[in-house]
Amino acid sequence: MNEQIRADGLTKSYGGVRVVDGVGLRVPAGTVFALLGPNGAGKTTIVRILATLTAPDGGTARVAGHDVVADRGAVRSRISLTGQYAAIDELQTGRENLEMMGRLRRLRGRAARARAAELLERFDLTEAADRRVSGYSGGMRRRLDIAAGLVGTPEVIFLDEPTTGLDPRSRQAMWALVSGLAATGVTVFLTTQYLEEADRLADTIAVLDRGRIVAEGSARELKRRVGGARLELQATDAATYHDLIDALRDRVVHADRGSLTLGVATDGGASDARALFDEIDPDAIRIASFELRTASLDDVFLSLTGDRLHGHAAESEIAHA
Amino acid sequence: MPDYAVPPLVARAFRLALRNVDGMMTALILPVILMLMFVYLFGGAIDTGTRYVDYVVPGVLLVCIGFGSGTTAVTVANDIAGGIMDRFRSMDVRGEALIGGHVVASVARNLVSAALVIAVAFAIGFRPHAEVTGWLVAAGVLALFVLALSWLAAAIGIVARSPEAAQGIAFLVSFVPYVSSAFVPVRTMPAALRTVANNQPATAVIDAMRASLNGGHVGADAWHAVVWSLAIIAVSIALSGALFRRRAR
Repeated sequence: MNEQIRADGLTKSYGGVRVVDGVGLRVPAGTVFALLGPNGAGKTTIVRILATLTAPDGGTARVAGHDVVADRGAVRSRISLTGQYAAIDELQTGRENLEMMGRLRRLRGRAARARAAELLERFDLTEAADRRVSGYSGGMRRRLDIAAGLVGTPEVIFLDEPTTGLDPRSRQAMWALVSGLAATGVTVFLTTQYLEEADRLADTIAVLDRGRIVAEGSARELKRRVGGARLELQATDAATYHDLIDALRDRVVHADRGSLTLGVATDGGASDARALFDEIDPDAIRIASFELRTASLDDVFLSLTGDRLHGHAAESEIAHA
Repeated sequence: MPDYAVPPLVARAFRLALRNVDGMMTALILPVILMLMFVYLFGGAIDTGTRYVDYVVPGVLLVCIGFGSGTTAVTVANDIAGGIMDRFRSMDVRGEALIGGHVVASVARNLVSAALVIAVAFAIGFRPHAEVTGWLVAAGVLALFVLALSWLAAAIGIVARSPEAAQGIAFLVSFVPYVSSAFVPVRTMPAALRTVANNQPATAVIDAMRASLNGGHVGADAWHAVVWSLAIIAVSIALSGALFRRRAR
């Protein structure tokens, strides 16, 4: 299969800290690839290397068939990058922003105008087209920002945390938009801290932790690695909670001392659950309550890295509140 | 060979400048206030040997241009610090085109400010005795200095790590014209200040304009002004090129 992104052994250090540590990637043409990881895992640095904005210290990468260091210009003409910070002018209107991007992509006046109008229509911004961006909502800005990246009809689109800071409705709209992009045949490389987002959008997910890829595969493959489901057990008291952790050891996929809950991987079947209860609580006195939950990518991340993703630590507490 | 990116980026810089409320206030209101303030508030107490309004016009011009260029420094710093920089770079837009757009808009805005100063000056009694040649020399010296300060402002915008820092540096630089022959004759200053005043670009530019507008002998001042301006332009361009490449990492 034709690979639109191919990276081998990428490394990058800042001030002696290795933020990207031997990353290799393969992204087939026309697929959506998600780089999933917490803040500070190195996601943005990898995007910047692939989008030619940062030179790697070591390793090689080819994007859209060209080397990101040696043939930077060729890569730049075939990609678009939408970063975490809006790359559009607040003081220009949506239309002016897009027409300017068109001219900078070497479109002539009329072609630039036509392309801008087409993108405004496609991203549902026609009504707001002649208003200044300073009056746009967060979701509208993000859409315009992505539209600005599409002016030059790129083959590979990089989206660095496309939904961070958006409200739930705008996030849904953004997901629909990204799915739509993928349907047009372009290759999408996105980064996210949201497991649900990677699950929803990506054909392939790579989990990044401290500059290293710790797992890669489809959402289903990754979930299979920790079992299909998770049994959430709440201990009756702190001593029991610790006893349970000692007894279950590696099978605990997450634990929360505050709510005395711990999660155990299971296949989701009744016999598996019963066997577990028989094993750890034969007298039915140690488990106060339980809940069966489908394994999330959070579980995957935890079991791979021994650490929770930022922003998701409260999940188990909410579930038991 | 003209860069395809220059026209859209100049158009962008003009739009950003026209829609920047602070910047336009500085460009359009400051000239009026300063002109009136110096002539009516301070002018009566300052003896220059000529009518004060005829003396002070070049000085007010320079102060206005100084403040106006400060706006440019902040605008450039905003671009450098903002997300749009990455997009431009990933589109292979050359830094010179981006900065050049801002410089062109800066020159245009400052020339409008300058025209406004002259208009207000005429309204309150400015009556230069210059022939056409004198006006042309004064305008040429001023325009070149406007270009120099605009490039300097762009360099400041790149050096500063944030729009706030750019504002601060530009504010300090905008005091430079005060220590010159702008508002009071240099001979009235203490020795140390006099040395500074006699050896800085503002004095050269102001004296050249004053002499050419009042029909006096221009002589060396004009050449000093031109050399200063060209030097500032050369240093600023070199500095912005080098810094731009370093900052844009």
